[in-house]
Amino acid sequence: MTNPVLSVRNLVIDYIGAETDFHAVKGVSFDIQPGELFGLAGESGCGKSTIAFAVSRLHRPPALIRKGSEILVDGRDVLTLDDDALRAFRWREVAMVFQSAMNSLNPVLTIEEQFYDVLRTHTQTTREAARARAAELLKLVDISPDRLSAYPHQCSGGMRQRIVIAICLALNPKLLIMDEPTTALDVVVQREILQRIDTLRKQLGFAVLFITHDLSLMVQVSDRIGIMLEGHLVEVNDAQTIYHSPQHDYTKRLWASMPKLHGAQIVREATS
Amino acid sequence: MSDTAPILALKTVSKIFGKGDSAVYAARDVSFALHSGRTLALVGESGSGKTTAARLIMREYSPDHGQLLFQGAPLGKADARAIKAYRSSVQMVFQDPFSSLNPAHTIRYHLERPLRLHQPGLTGSQRKAAIAELLTRVKLDPAIVMPKYPHELSGGQRQRISIARALAVNPKVIVADEPTSMLDVSVRLGILNLLNDMKAELGLALLYITHDIATARYVAEDIMVMYSGQIVEWGAMDSVLDNPQHPYTRLLLSAVPDPDRRFSDAGAELDQIETIRRRAALPQPEIRQVAQNHFIRPMPEDGR
Repeated sequence: MTNPVLSVRNLVIDYIGAETDFHAVKGVSFDIQPGELFGLAGESGCGKSTIAFAVSRLHRPPALIRKGSEILVDGRDVLTLDDDALRAFRWREVAMVFQSAMNSLNPVLTIEEQFYDVLRTHTQTTREAARARAAELLKLVDISPDRLSAYPHQCSGGMRQRIVIAICLALNPKLLIMDEPTTALDVVVQREILQRIDTLRKQLGFAVLFITHDLSLMVQVSDRIGIMLEGHLVEVNDAQTIYHSPQHDYTKRLWASMPKLHGAQIVREATS
Repeated sequence: MSDTAPILALKTVSKIFGKGDSAVYAARDVSFALHSGRTLALVGESGSGKTTAARLIMREYSPDHGQLLFQGAPLGKADARAIKAYRSSVQMVFQDPFSSLNPAHTIRYHLERPLRLHQPGLTGSQRKAAIAELLTRVKLDPAIVMPKYPHELSGGQRQRISIARALAVNPKVIVADEPTSMLDVSVRLGILNLLNDMKAELGLALLYITHDIATARYVAEDIMVMYSGQIVEWGAMDSVLDNPQHPYTRLLLSAVPDPDRRFSDAGAELDQIETIRRRAALPQPEIRQVAQNHFIRPMPEDGR
């Protein structure tokens, strides 16, 4: 067995309140292997996004990671990094695509300048080298390099989302975190983007932590899946096992509430 | 479709925005009919014209061509009384349960208003009884919910209030525009079951607008697939889903998340997304029947 690219151990995160604390993540542990696509599923408020933010140390007060928690990226504890180390760690080791990523591009900069911004901050690069690298990255996500001179508003939502993904891949991170990356997009565009991610991670070898509430989609694209319920990771297994023989009662109930596209329809349970 | 006369029908309705070269057909020759006790699903991606169709029914837009028929009679420049009757017969449930209720008013106020406007004869206590009945119908406890404000309720509860508000005027038709897309999986099913119950118990005609085809299959008997303002394929739900004939329908269906299919066995349609999109957007005047209750508008050949 190879060393995992991400190893989360006994992660406890609370949101500190004036009177009581809200326990968002309650002792979660899981590993992601190099090149693996790991899905984290659950309903709103189950703590899945809190975990994603914690892994890239983007969590802000009142969120507090309790002592005893460990987040290891390539064996290094992310929670002990100082500011400089953290700056080097983000993008280079772990890059994150947010839910509304297509709106996270700067509207007054061209696409090329947004690439240059990241490349210049993290590497010693010239404008020409940055332009060449940006063109190369755009090609990876099926966008023509002549879009480099375009502004974000001149690109469609799906295209902007792909540009953000290309920027995330600029420094060859080991882990790409995607928090509901396609919720705001149409199914056809969603499919195009995820299909591309699937090809790229096999080609470039990065691992993906994929967060969504769409369990069907997750089974299609993930290698392994973790199911979260109220801050606990209640079941972790191969995608096909999660689908065909879910073990935890909550996973079974999730499947029982998803209407099917073909074949026998789900049966309506007698509600009390 | 059923043999009974439709309650509401659109007959070759077009809605055009802009002029000349920049004209956009948000609806092009759209025809469909809603029958009581049946649900018709309208599916398509954003920008396909789904919401324009809803707005045409709600009379927020007036058609540039074609007619809106209500109980068989055209509703053009109808008089005020006919419009009022129409408004109390056709109600809408919106996508966002967070913005479609007024945060400054209680649930009781939200349900009292339609009763006051459309049934002015009711006394205060009759109205209160009617509100309690509506809340019970949508499976909420009137004693608890009535004095609450929208922010004190969950998304699913708020969507139930929206449905109760629509039911307050005894409508014949309900247009539901993505009513579950902002809800969690476990809550979603409750709302879908509620819509199914309303349809069966009250004999409502439902237009269910969505991009989620799996939920459409759960609530609707018939389906229409819309792209670029045109209804490209329509008919009985299972006939369309199991045997899609229009390339755009096939593309859409192959992209819908389906746990039974891995990404690696993608359909051929996904390789020609751009071609299908471009050709499916061209006018498709011809209608071809492919099964007993299953029709498509065939795409024109390239270069024509």
